[in-house]
Amino acid sequence: MSLSAFLPALPEIFVLAMVSLILVIDAAVDDSKRYLAYVLSLATLAGAAFLTVRDLSTMPVLALNGLFIDDPLSDVLKLFLYLTTAVVLVYSRAYLRERGLYKGEFFVLALFALLGMMVMISASHFLTLYLGLELLSLSLYAMVALQRDSSVATEAAMKYFVLGALASGMLLYGMSMVYGVTGSLALGDIAIALQDGTDLRIPLVFGIVFLVAGLAFKLGAVPFHMWVPDVYHGAPTAMTLFIGSAPKIAAFAFVIRILGQGLESQVGEWRDMLIILAVLSMALGNFAAIAQSNLKRMFAYSTISHMGFMLLGILAGTQNGYGSAMFYVLIYTLMSLGGFGMILLLSRAGFEADQLDDFKGLNRRSPWLAFLMLLLMFSMAGVPPTVGFYAKLSVLQAVVELGYVWLAVAAVLFSLVGAFYYLRIVKLMYFDAPHDTSPITPSVDTRIIMSANGLAVLAIGILPQPLMALCIHAIGASF
Amino acid sequence: MDSILSLVIWVPILAGVAVLTTGSDKNAVLARWLALAGSLAGLLVAIPLASGFDTTTSAMQFVENTAWIPAFNIHYHLGVDGISMPLILLNSFITVLVVIAGWQVIQDKVAQYMAAFLIMSGLINGVFAALDGILFYVFFEGMLIPLYLIVGVWGGPNRVYAAFKFFLYTLAGSLLMLVSMIYLYFQSGGSFDIQTWHTTTLGMSAQTLMFFAFLLAFGVKVPMWPVHTWLPDAHVEAPTGGSVVLAAITLKVGAYGFLRFILPILPDASHELAWFVIALSLIAVAYIGLVALVQADMKKLIAYSSIAHMGFVTLGFFMFNPLGLEGGLVQMISHGFVSAALFLCIGVMYDRLHSRQIKDYGGLVNRMPVFAALFMLFAMANAGLPATSGFVGEFMVIMSATQVNFWFAFVAATTLILGAGYTLWMYKRVVFGQITNPHVEELTDINAREILLLGVLAVCVLGMGLYPKPFTDVMHVSVVDLLAHVAQSKLP
Repeated sequence: MSLSAFLPALPEIFVLAMVSLILVIDAAVDDSKRYLAYVLSLATLAGAAFLTVRDLSTMPVLALNGLFIDDPLSDVLKLFLYLTTAVVLVYSRAYLRERGLYKGEFFVLALFALLGMMVMISASHFLTLYLGLELLSLSLYAMVALQRDSSVATEAAMKYFVLGALASGMLLYGMSMVYGVTGSLALGDIAIALQDGTDLRIPLVFGIVFLVAGLAFKLGAVPFHMWVPDVYHGAPTAMTLFIGSAPKIAAFAFVIRILGQGLESQVGEWRDMLIILAVLSMALGNFAAIAQSNLKRMFAYSTISHMGFMLLGILAGTQNGYGSAMFYVLIYTLMSLGGFGMILLLSRAGFEADQLDDFKGLNRRSPWLAFLMLLLMFSMAGVPPTVGFYAKLSVLQAVVELGYVWLAVAAVLFSLVGAFYYLRIVKLMYFDAPHDTSPITPSVDTRIIMSANGLAVLAIGILPQPLMALCIHAIGASF
Repeated sequence: MDSILSLVIWVPILAGVAVLTTGSDKNAVLARWLALAGSLAGLLVAIPLASGFDTTTSAMQFVENTAWIPAFNIHYHLGVDGISMPLILLNSFITVLVVIAGWQVIQDKVAQYMAAFLIMSGLINGVFAALDGILFYVFFEGMLIPLYLIVGVWGGPNRVYAAFKFFLYTLAGSLLMLVSMIYLYFQSGGSFDIQTWHTTTLGMSAQTLMFFAFLLAFGVKVPMWPVHTWLPDAHVEAPTGGSVVLAAITLKVGAYGFLRFILPILPDASHELAWFVIALSLIAVAYIGLVALVQADMKKLIAYSSIAHMGFVTLGFFMFNPLGLEGGLVQMISHGFVSAALFLCIGVMYDRLHSRQIKDYGGLVNRMPVFAALFMLFAMANAGLPATSGFVGEFMVIMSATQVNFWFAFVAATTLILGAGYTLWMYKRVVFGQITNPHVEELTDINAREILLLGVLAVCVLGMGLYPKPFTDVMHVSVVDLLAHVAQSKLP
């Protein structure tokens, strides 16, 4: 194999090299130069973005003996991944410093997680999929536990690790069964083997059940959602921000690769499973979110419901559906970044702004931040003209196209329930008087990024076409 | 100019953004003047709609059509006909009044208050001008955000409850409409164009289901009995300006939806289920009229009276004759003037005494004669006195109902008695009699700003009552065309 065979994986190789470099450099410098890791991490993301853009693919290219695929879908998702990770780093910096977590480990783990996600996105083989997933998961477990003296964080990490390992086991079991039926681990070969049906239906369906259960675990779909609220709540907010944003993009790719590409012909089998997962997630996520007084927990349940909504697009099993699910997940990531970012912004040394009441009277303390949060909340609720509406619209039309009007009706009714708790945040910010009047002093860069994040929700809402077209194109060119 | 409608939508919105940039209450004076300029500019750009309107055609006028979201074939498609054009003017006009009405009363977060109204005004114009289903929906839902804030931030003691109830009620209604729109998108071969939907064939069961979805969406907005309960709450808690816009404009959005969506898209279901809407309308007219009679709170009383009057509008729509439809439309415009005026009157009293309870007043005429005279005119208009605008619409609807069924007309006509009853009784208790409350003794009559506000509306009420022809002329061709359209079955 010549060296050029590795070219499609150049961004991954670059990130790996940079992580190793940062690890070494950070070990060698003293505390006053911690910013080096931060700057180098951002540089890594910029470099990876440059490499990805330089080598944009117009059609799927298999590489490394069919383990790795470079297609428009992976390019687009990776670019959003870099962007998301960069925003996470910017938002987290002040928070981490105030809590003594501003260490090289955070950046190294974040970049390793990023590498894992990149591998997941570009995997065309069960083996690479699994390797990417484990790299991501192990990094995340460690990130959650990074705040060693916090018992809540440690407990969350423990829970995350045990349940995550269980899910990985399920995935592996499912993969092994599909392997038994098709005789291959490569997604392309699996698709071909299953095209004309198989005599081994029972093992295949069993395999799919385990795969879907494993995927649902990773997505946090009901009834495999138990880890989500505890981890979101227990982890330091900067880690929650990371867990709640970028990995969703990778999880989407994971689901699309396995169900959409590998098991495409078995859509009749997995669609019904996804319907159950989606409906349960939307129901439980939205209702349970109402009962929360902790904002991180509320967002955790809201994530569950959003993942349920995203599954609606996937279960359509059409390119239109995948495209809409992709649009949904990208928009969700944008909103999630803003929501958790706002908690980080309002937190300060020794104070976590993660209670609902901490948002009371925000309009009096900082009208601009309150306005941005207002946009984010209405977007999560799916109220136009914010972009959340178009995300819901595109998913709903994919479902209606399939003829599942009742599912669309159920989805909008659950989102009505969801509207209540998002409205409650707006109520706290605008209708109530503040009980905490300390000044809010975010640094200039976080302020700028947060403004861009909030306004993007409105701007993409007014002109959603470019991003929608990008998603449709990426899916269309990769299938 | 081909972009009048865009201006009508975006001038108020951009003016609202400009007002927001004035920031804190230190610049309140600037914010007020900027808002006034913005609302006047919004009214000015809307005037060409009336002056350049062609009353001989039912086709859409001032049309703008550009691709907006090609991925789903969604267009930025605007246009008005004789049904929507008067409503846009009404809205632009009321916005100016609302800005003036909030001039002194609102001292807290002035810029945000004014901006919310301006932005909402632009969005409502968008609702009336949109000819694309999703564009319509975006405006229709988008206007909830400013209204939610207006009720919740500047409202009364129970404002949080009212704001939530209002928002969730209307959202609940419109979400099913969204699903219906997506369904129509596929039935019409991939189009969100409302006029394309007007010619899309639909089976009876699909029409029936969508009828109820749309009915819920617009019925909540109108509001129709029994989904009206959010309105009294919202009215009581909202600041004066909020009540004015709610009564004068947003209720019309619901009624407008009947004419733009339900009747032309679902004609067969509309005919089949007309009895249902007529029954709800008659209940609204008669029962809600009785409810209004026993209210102790003036705002609540007018809120219930609004529901009863809007019952007239929906009743007229489902008579399926030109007289009824035009009567309903005239009633919409008239109610826009009268309810706005009545809420402003209550606002005038509330600003002085900080009470909306009828029992706290009495003998007002001794201290506020000018106000009492104007208030009298609006009360009469609300009761449907001939020569006021309130009479024209009610009379037309009752006439058309007699053509269809005597008993419809009979029940509808009770409004003339009930309306006179609750309005004039309230007027009597508030304005006449002995002064029992010592605070009333200290009241001063309305100032120039308030005289201007009420005077302009008085001219409108009388003008429309004495000479309604310009209004019916504008509507007539569009109404006839709509009815011809509704008469055709769309069953496959």
